[in-house]
Amino acid sequence: MNIIVLAKLVPDLVEELTIDDQGIALDPTWMRLKLNEFDDYAIEQAILMKERSGAHVTVMVPDVDGSDDVLYTAAAKGADCLVKLCGKFDQGVNNHALARAFAAVLRSRLPDLVLTGVQAHNDLDGPLGALLAGFLDLPYIGYVSGVKNEDGKVLVRKEYPGGLIAEMEVAPPVVLGIQVAEWPLSYVAFSKIRQAMKTNPIDNLQAPDLDPSGGPQVVRMSKPEIGEHATMISGNVDEVAARLLEIFQKLGVL
Amino acid sequence: MNQDIFVLIEHMGGQVADISYMMLAAGQAISEAAGGRVLAVLLAHQAQGLASNLAADQILYIDHPSVADYTPDAYQHALANLIHERTPRLVLFGDTSIGAEIAGQLSARLGLPLVSYCRSVRASDGVLQFVSQVCGGKIMVEGELPAPTALVTMIPGVYKPESGHSTHPPEIVSLDLQALEKSCITLKGYIEPETSDVDISKQDLLVAVGRGIQNQENIAMAQDLANVLGGVVCSSRPVVDQGWLPSTRLVGKSGRRVKPKIYLALGISGAPEHVEAITGSQTIIAVNTDPAAPIFDVAQYGAEVDVLELLPVLTAAVQNVKV
Repeated sequence: MNIIVLAKLVPDLVEELTIDDQGIALDPTWMRLKLNEFDDYAIEQAILMKERSGAHVTVMVPDVDGSDDVLYTAAAKGADCLVKLCGKFDQGVNNHALARAFAAVLRSRLPDLVLTGVQAHNDLDGPLGALLAGFLDLPYIGYVSGVKNEDGKVLVRKEYPGGLIAEMEVAPPVVLGIQVAEWPLSYVAFSKIRQAMKTNPIDNLQAPDLDPSGGPQVVRMSKPEIGEHATMISGNVDEVAARLLEIFQKLGVL
Repeated sequence: MNQDIFVLIEHMGGQVADISYMMLAAGQAISEAAGGRVLAVLLAHQAQGLASNLAADQILYIDHPSVADYTPDAYQHALANLIHERTPRLVLFGDTSIGAEIAGQLSARLGLPLVSYCRSVRASDGVLQFVSQVCGGKIMVEGELPAPTALVTMIPGVYKPESGHSTHPPEIVSLDLQALEKSCITLKGYIEPETSDVDISKQDLLVAVGRGIQNQENIAMAQDLANVLGGVVCSSRPVVDQGWLPSTRLVGKSGRRVKPKIYLALGISGAPEHVEAITGSQTIIAVNTDPAAPIFDVAQYGAEVDVLELLPVLTAAVQNVKV
């Protein structure tokens, strides 16, 4: 089975986000990017399928700051091929542009499975996987928490709220939006990543001109207005605990 | 230009999802401001009764075995034909495991613009404008919804589901569906959630842990606090995804909605997917070392201390009072 994982890097929310002078985009100056968490699960799921049934795994990311680290970490986990999609991605592109770029590259080399994270926190114009499936005219199932290859078909577990799961069967090729892998994210020692940097080459593919049509035209970007805010309890841990005790007593818990 | 607003009705197990009522409420508000009818799109099989309390001007009802249960390709096929024929001004989807994937595929296949994470839509000088919330709730984005047809996935927060209910059964228009020649996706069955564990949606006091709990071993400290308070431990998504707690303890968009008397959010940032599931709580107390954590915008009380330092101290303090 041939699996391609498409991953993207997103702003790290631990850091302060600032808006540019035009007020319509995030200021990239001090912005740190990290692998989208759901794409990390997609990579993990692909590696699991490789270990389970010998699938061939390619990981493909757009060329932005940090993409090499993502690729080499994937190789250290077991990915067979690493591909960097080169283009004007550093200026920030929407998912329609990214999906079209990935689709252009994948059309001539359709794998059995395309895995990608089901969503990202900056998906203003929709989830990448669903858009990609639409551009490639492939079936798509999102919110996937389990994938099995059975007799040439793929059996997928799709999550619904409240813990309900639907099992769906689909003939490849198919695009899957991964919610979570079948096992937790694995830790990779830095020594293995360093080894991967020496032994695993990255293929650079040139993306076509990026076409963002289909995404919204942003007029204004801002921080949310704070309406109500919590009454903050100040002090050290002992003082906070004492005040919480009073609140519990007032609420009738104690 | 057609100003009608389509709302895709989500249903499961004979029940209409709350998100659908919320979107009907949104549709009503947009219609009042900008004109147009609210048309609820119901795809089902022998389930016309689902439409009885939907607050819509009309129900566009497609009854066919291929849409008896949700599968992405059958729904997409039905909606693509409907949207192509009727060119509504807006099509509203829930930002859910159904709505988000359908909207994304339709945007690509039909060449229609799509806006996600939308909290509200307003009309100004004949122009429809959206307000979306991205980046875990930390950034608001505004823009115009292009004509003639735009797709929108909506998140809860502004429109109240109660306004999407109607006591007057709406007019139902039955439509034919030319079924997919060959369906790619086959629904094999459902796996119901485990019922042996405690039902967190029925608890009065919840001790919820997030990433701030850092590892599985530390959850025991949260359990100690829950024990002395007479509550139950639950969590946000990252904790369940790590396998530290079972999915039955998940609070969030893909888990359970809860409405306890007290919700103690420990090391939880407050991403919209989590917050939407706790808004029914009477009192939310949040503990997080990040002063900008969105959870503090929905909590009644907050403290910027380390959860791992607070837990043993608070547990001991409660035990002393109870002795």
